[in-house]
Amino acid sequence: MTGYLIKNGRVVDPANRIDEVLDILISDGKIEKVGKSLSNGGCKAIDASGKIVGPGLVDMHTHLREPGREDKETVASGTRAAVKGGFTSVACMPNTEPEALDNEGIIKRLSGIIKKDALANVFVVGAITMGRAGKKLADFKALKKAGAIGISDDGSSVDDEKLMSEALALAKKEGLLVIGHCEDRSISDSGVINYGLISTKMGLRGIPVEAEYKRVERDIELARKAKAAIHIAHVSCKESVDIIRKARKAGVEVSAETAPHYFSLTEDCCVTYDTNLKMNPPLRTKEDAEAIKKALKDGTIDAIATDHAPHTDSEKDVEFDFAPFGILGLETALGLAVTELVEKKVLSWSELFMRMSASPARLLGIDRGDLKNGKAADIVIIDPGKEYTYTKDSIASRSKNSPFIGWKLKGKVSHVFVAGKLIDEVLADR
Amino acid sequence: MSKHFVWTKKDLLGLEYLSREEIEFILYTAASFKEVTTRQIKKVPALRGKTVVNLFYEPSTRTRTSFELAAKRLSADVINIAVEASSVKKGETLIDTGRNIEALKIDIIVVRHGSSGAPNILAHHVNSSVVNAGDGWHEHPTQALLDMFTLKEKLGRIEGLNVSIIGDIAHSRVARSNIWGLTKLGAKVTVCAPPLLIPEGIEKMGVRVTNDLDTALKGADAINVLRMQFERDAALAFPSKLEYFKQYGITAERLKKCKKEIVVMHPGPINRGIEISSEVADGQNSVILEQVTNGIAVRMAALYLVAHARPTGTRGGEKPL
Ligand SMILES: [Zn+2]
Repeated sequence: MTGYLIKNGRVVDPANRIDEVLDILISDGKIEKVGKSLSNGGCKAIDASGKIVGPGLVDMHTHLREPGREDKETVASGTRAAVKGGFTSVACMPNTEPEALDNEGIIKRLSGIIKKDALANVFVVGAITMGRAGKKLADFKALKKAGAIGISDDGSSVDDEKLMSEALALAKKEGLLVIGHCEDRSISDSGVINYGLISTKMGLRGIPVEAEYKRVERDIELARKAKAAIHIAHVSCKESVDIIRKARKAGVEVSAETAPHYFSLTEDCCVTYDTNLKMNPPLRTKEDAEAIKKALKDGTIDAIATDHAPHTDSEKDVEFDFAPFGILGLETALGLAVTELVEKKVLSWSELFMRMSASPARLLGIDRGDLKNGKAADIVIIDPGKEYTYTKDSIASRSKNSPFIGWKLKGKVSHVFVAGKLIDEVLADR
Repeated sequence: MSKHFVWTKKDLLGLEYLSREEIEFILYTAASFKEVTTRQIKKVPALRGKTVVNLFYEPSTRTRTSFELAAKRLSADVINIAVEASSVKKGETLIDTGRNIEALKIDIIVVRHGSSGAPNILAHHVNSSVVNAGDGWHEHPTQALLDMFTLKEKLGRIEGLNVSIIGDIAHSRVARSNIWGLTKLGAKVTVCAPPLLIPEGIEKMGVRVTNDLDTALKGADAINVLRMQFERDAALAFPSKLEYFKQYGITAERLKKCKKEIVVMHPGPINRGIEISSEVADGQNSVILEQVTNGIAVRMAALYLVAHARPTGTRGGEKPL
């Protein structure tokens, strides 16, 4: 029998309301059984005592950069980074260059690369508009047929309300999740960090919170009118959280994600002009970070997504004004969530797996984030107490643009299974 | 101020990063260099054998000349490099340029850049000293130091003075450096501008904010009148030069209502008839030309101190994450 028996781990599986010391038997890529004192029946046993065993993490928001910008990241390097970070599934964003994921042809081409190179499951998010230019809708039926599971113009928002309404209605028909990058460019303009005292001190152009929450408000309103669902990407500020919370209470089908940097860092960190602290939306205030944590606790924010955005050194090693937005996320998301949320008693382990696996899987409509018998054996084993230092040398991503280099984090990934296969990459530096 | 103060910073990036003692020590050092500039032979060997590079990404004859003279009066060798604004994005990166300049075995890079924080980034990547000669809207530390030096010379102190900064605060590095420096030295600072030229949160930097010029002038011991750059950002916030002069221009009539000894400063170059009338600019209260003279002494002090930072020179603007 080919498979593994994961023994004596604390199995945390919020989809099935499980949080107790159990064994998991994996065979033929699937979960065979979850229970007490299972016999290994010839399978290789892995001792997980003292460790957390959960469904593999699911990232709703990854930029893999391929095809086109293989100098920044590839499917191979990006999924290697994913697995090292405990992710067994990622959804890749359509803002590839020079060509966006806005047609069947490019998605099929990407799917070929994924099939060949990916260490983790990769789900494709197609573009809402052609070239993400906000002018003409992409052919959603064709995107769906090519394998896309959602649509987004990430990096930009669709300014045209009529077009966005149409997109919401059509996407609903196709069963595609609409992911909104909420930014009113007429407000954010050429801003580079959060608008406020810090931007004033640093003499940099600011991005007011209005640029985000006014667009969150608009997108939710359009979804309500269209009786369609909307997912809000990378929520960074208190106002957006309040708007989402209210809309959900009123029955609008709105979901949301945030990224680890929005609860781990604040705008104050930017004072060094380190371009690895430049992201969009920008780091906000302490008050915003607190609101984000609260929203993760009460479920207003459904998911922690990485917004993993690789950029080369030569792109980032420039003046703050000229550097591109975005930082790496796949290899630090879990460590930051454990260190900042679980260790600080903001989230329980069960809630952490809800936000990083079960909920994002549910929102994306993928059959993951669940350790029930018969499900794909996507599993992560975490050493919860082990502290490690995130070093530049350890980075599997092709780019190194992380502000967390040198940080001590808790919650080290020790084993990752993708469809029952133990991925050696993680074992290497365990 | 003690002669025995030990200067430790390899860079001068901004007054935000300096302590009161450090600022006072620069002013103290500048005073002794000012004496040098009044001698028949205006040169000391303090930086003999050292090389200063003026790396200017924005044209500024005034500031560059002042730094050049300061370096020469300290017997340093000086090289001027002007990088055209158009090539900033396309050409060699700032860090590469810095490292290449450093490979020439130079000692100090004086950098002027249109992008805020460029000197901080440069200083992080080179071992040479970096002196900020103005970056974006961020800081212009030597300008603020020479303003303070002039003030102290005129009024004998900084502590307790009422100083008003008038003009485009939002887009002014001179304003920011002056706010840091003056508040650290115990002055009471007021900033005055039309509402759209007051940047968000500036009051948290310890200043009083007003949109009314008369409020800013009342009780002021000194005013620092900023250059209005209508060809740049200011135009959006205040489209009419004439209207600006009416509401915010410093005129003789307005000065009559002020303290008799009020000191009028301007970082130059002045726009006569826009932010200041000729009568005031050339009048008794104006110290504009003295500021220019003092600029050399202050820059001599800055170059001298960073070049002699001990033990090895700690980086100037860095703060832990
Ligand atoms: Zn985005």
